Amino acid sequence: MKFSEKWLREWVNPAIDSQALAEQLSMAGLEVDGIEPVAGEFSGVLVGEVVECGQHPDADKLQVTKVSVGGDELLDIVCGAPNCRQGLKVAVATVGAVLPGDFKIKKAKLRGQPSFGMLCSFSELGISDDHDGIMELPADAPVGTDLREYLGLDDVTIEVDLTPNRADCLGMRGLAREVGVLNQLEVCEPTIDPVAPVIDETRNITLQAPDACPRYLGRVIRNINPSRTSPLWMQEKLRRAGVRSIDPVVDVTNYVLLELGHPMHAFDLDKLDGDVVVRMAEQGEKLTLLDGETVTLQDNTLLIADQNKALAMAGIFGGLESGVTENSQHIFLESAFFAPDAIRGKARQYGLHTDASHRYERGVDPQLQRTAMERATQLLLDIVGGEAGPIVEAVDESHIPATRQVVLRNSRLQRLLGLGIAPDTVTDILRRLGLSVEANGEEWHTTIPAYRFDLAIEEDLIEEVARVYGYNNIPEVAPTARLKMTTHQEQALPVDALKQVLVDRDYQEAITYSFVDPKAQACLFPGREGMVLPHPISSDMSVMRLSVWPGLLQSVSYNQKRQQGRVRLFETGLRFLPDADAPMGVRQEPVIGGVITGLRSPEHWDGDDVSVDFFDAKGDVQAILAATADSARFHFVAAEHDALHPGQTAAIYNGERLVGYVGAVHPQHAKPLGLTGKVFVFELELAGLGLKKLPQAAEISKFPSNRRDIAIVVKEDVSVGDVLSCIEKFGGNQLVGLNLFDVYQGKGIADGDKSLAISLTLQDTTRTLEEHEIQAVVDGILAQLSSQFGATLRD
Amino acid sequence: MDLDAIINQAQAQINQAQDGNTLDAVRVEFMGKKGKLTDLLKGLGKLSAEERPAAGQKINQAKQQIQALIQARGDALRSEELNAKLAAEKIDVTLPGRGLSLGGLHPVSRTIKRIESFFTELGFETKTGPEVEDGFHNFDALNIPDNHPARADHDTFYFNPDVMLRTQTSGVQIRTMEVEQPPLRIISPGRVYRNDYDQTHTPMFHQVEGLMVDKNVSFTELKGILHDFLNNFFEEELTVRFRPSYFPFTEPSAEVDVMQKDGSWLEVLGCGMVHPNVLRAVNIDPEEYTGFAFGIGVERLTMVRYGVNDLRAFFENDLRFLKQFK
Repeated sequence: MKFSEKWLREWVNPAIDSQALAEQLSMAGLEVDGIEPVAGEFSGVLVGEVVECGQHPDADKLQVTKVSVGGDELLDIVCGAPNCRQGLKVAVATVGAVLPGDFKIKKAKLRGQPSFGMLCSFSELGISDDHDGIMELPADAPVGTDLREYLGLDDVTIEVDLTPNRADCLGMRGLAREVGVLNQLEVCEPTIDPVAPVIDETRNITLQAPDACPRYLGRVIRNINPSRTSPLWMQEKLRRAGVRSIDPVVDVTNYVLLELGHPMHAFDLDKLDGDVVVRMAEQGEKLTLLDGETVTLQDNTLLIADQNKALAMAGIFGGLESGVTENSQHIFLESAFFAPDAIRGKARQYGLHTDASHRYERGVDPQLQRTAMERATQLLLDIVGGEAGPIVEAVDESHIPATRQVVLRNSRLQRLLGLGIAPDTVTDILRRLGLSVEANGEEWHTTIPAYRFDLAIEEDLIEEVARVYGYNNIPEVAPTARLKMTTHQEQALPVDALKQVLVDRDYQEAITYSFVDPKAQACLFPGREGMVLPHPISSDMSVMRLSVWPGLLQSVSYNQKRQQGRVRLFETGLRFLPDADAPMGVRQEPVIGGVITGLRSPEHWDGDDVSVDFFDAKGDVQAILAATADSARFHFVAAEHDALHPGQTAAIYNGERLVGYVGAVHPQHAKPLGLTGKVFVFELELAGLGLKKLPQAAEISKFPSNRRDIAIVVKEDVSVGDVLSCIEKFGGNQLVGLNLFDVYQGKGIADGDKSLAISLTLQDTTRTLEEHEIQAVVDGILAQLSSQFGATLRD
Repeated sequence: MDLDAIINQAQAQINQAQDGNTLDAVRVEFMGKKGKLTDLLKGLGKLSAEERPAAGQKINQAKQQIQALIQARGDALRSEELNAKLAAEKIDVTLPGRGLSLGGLHPVSRTIKRIESFFTELGFETKTGPEVEDGFHNFDALNIPDNHPARADHDTFYFNPDVMLRTQTSGVQIRTMEVEQPPLRIISPGRVYRNDYDQTHTPMFHQVEGLMVDKNVSFTELKGILHDFLNNFFEEELTVRFRPSYFPFTEPSAEVDVMQKDGSWLEVLGCGMVHPNVLRAVNIDPEEYTGFAFGIGVERLTMVRYGVNDLRAFFENDLRFLKQFK
């Protein structure tokens, strides 16, 4: 809501400047978004009259004028505007005037003709963008008056961003009341007297949907003069509120909307067939709106209709056919109360949002319709003349919101705010807000005025009291609560701990959008559908991610294109897996995922600068898994995944449960995803990791340990993981250490075989092991390896 | 050969010795089994009993003298040798060290972590909730019925009329209160979504929701805890103002602004006393319990704290940006 400060001050005029007023409004909950001067900075511009106007002798497009600015002498001024003509009242920048942009007006010669000033357009004075010729002032504008004074341009536009509950302030009347409350000033309302009818023509009004429209007032006005224009003062007030002047009828309805906060509508009387009916639309009924669009109506939409057709979408938008035009001589004025519930969401349903719908869906004063009608009638008669008929009011009182009574308890007020406010102060605040109050020391029994339709419950009143009392006057206190210890589970594995593992391993955390490019996702997860956003920001952010990989890989591409060859990123968050059995049809699973590419370590003076491979990624995954203090519960199995290289992919299991994957991004995806070089990714489902193992300390042996290294030869397709598991399984209690320290293929080993060098550490808790005992364990292991994998000792 | 001559000779040879072996040879030459001093000692028997003690003492003195010279020379030689070795091992300690450097958390995570630490210290528990949310938890239970004008302000990403991406973390309040009874103190950080994308809006951003419900929670306490929080977050005494506002799920409601260096106000969070309809929606009696709730915009605070000028930088994941946060 934008309004002119001067207009407000006609109603209520506190002794504070614009800034203080804005601050006061903001601190009362009517947040001021901006203050703008209503015109550019200029001086020395006077109201003048073009006394003579003739063609410039040497220039086709210029006119030579003599302009009176009230002095004895006429000013010679050359003007290029086509609308300059004799008798016109104009804005004259006299010699010495300063226009916006520090443009000084001096004596000049234009094509040989002297010019002592300039006739100004709206845009030259920073009033509006209108540079279509010079300003045309009303015929009664007093020549010689300073233009700023004449137009009241020493004014600002204040824009308030009103919250949805304060629709009562969507008009000057409401704003003025609020300012009156805050400054303890009476509001000077314009007197609105009933207009006595001079004709007796009426239209019958039928309320067929009285719950949606319980009150509808209509009035016939005949024989208006549509060629009149709205008075300058009205045009200026509208302009300063951001509303363009159209014609007097539209201007008046807009003016009442801004002044009283009440939407009005005017129909061309000649287009109405018989009675006016307020009814719900029929499903599929058509209506062409004022903007020329034809909409197909739904039956939840309230209509103004006549006996034959829909006229307007009630409270939202007028119809084209029944609207007033520059030729309308007879009009039918509407002032109605539509229930917010009937209007809410309906404009949006048709992609509309109008000043009327904005107000009706938030609420208007249900008692204001007659006042608004009289106000509009009077203004119209003043401007365009005409003969008003009597007001016809159709009303169903049972659906008019009842007057509300709300009790405010002092105990509740104190408890919720945490401070006591003197009861007299509370009473005063409530009364200033327009409530009728009966106080008994403990409670205030209040009656809410119709225009504060937002106030319905005790908390509403508490907020009003706090707001007017001033939030800044309410002290700050540290909360008190019982010192109840919250539960802390030592075995919990917080995601922060896992994140720290990766940070310590030189990963940067990324945050990517949860909606990704469907093309990228389809590439990595063919045949799997993510949830589709019906109205995305853009097509490349239109499907919910099935994994953090699409986002992370996009980030890799982004960085590679910016000369960042070494990328190590991870992300935690939800992945969204459609599942008809899950709540809302989607499993929302927290995961941790990562991506690496480029050099293993940053390029180094002493380094061998190798690129990362599968085992770097796997090592990082193992480090995460190690945070469970129970790496043994996880195992890696060669697997396939559409996103990954078929020979470099491991599925990660916690026991039988698949908890994630690690692998090289399939080379065929590199190009579509914009990736360079080898890229490795992993992702783990957090819920699959389980709890952290609680340590149970085992006794440390006092006896020496013995290491035996064995080198065995197996077929190259034997999985080392299986070999190591086998050793662990058959090693017995005395096997306390096991490490694979070399894998070799090449000279000395037959083609298709590989050699594994493994160290075994043996120890007993009760004695020093004898050589033959050690050998027995090693032999046992070798026997198992031989039988299970065909392993032989390397020569 | 007299004793002085032997000492002089030994001294000369000791001084000439350049390594341990040569020095040891000198020792043998003078003090070994067949050494020159040993010979002299053996010759003492030829002297008379009167002469013997004095002569023996002299020889022994000479022996000690030579021994001391050898010891000193040996020490000197070892010291030189060590120094030479150390000199050879000198490196340029200003060369960069080896191994992985340290990564870092995303600035948004960092802010969330800090906020969590402030509130968990006060007994608030961290809760999380789903991001694909239903209309009940995102709107209805928060006193935002269908067609409420506040819904239109939310620019919601809908999947269907009842399933959407959550527009606020407030739904977690509801999910918590559905299963837990007061007293309650929770905070809930997470992603939220609005269909808006320009210089100052990204379609995904982060909030930290806070909720405290107990017998006598009041607005003065809400003011107290939030001002405390902001002072702690920015590590300075800030000028803060609570400005009346409107949220369907709180009443009274406020927006909180902090004064910036240039004297202008910056809105950083919204808050208020939990609306009785919200408590009723989760079967908590608003006559028995009161509560406050607040919602902190994480990106906004992060931008101010670390001087980030462009909101969109948070989700581009440019390493040159991220690596500034260790």
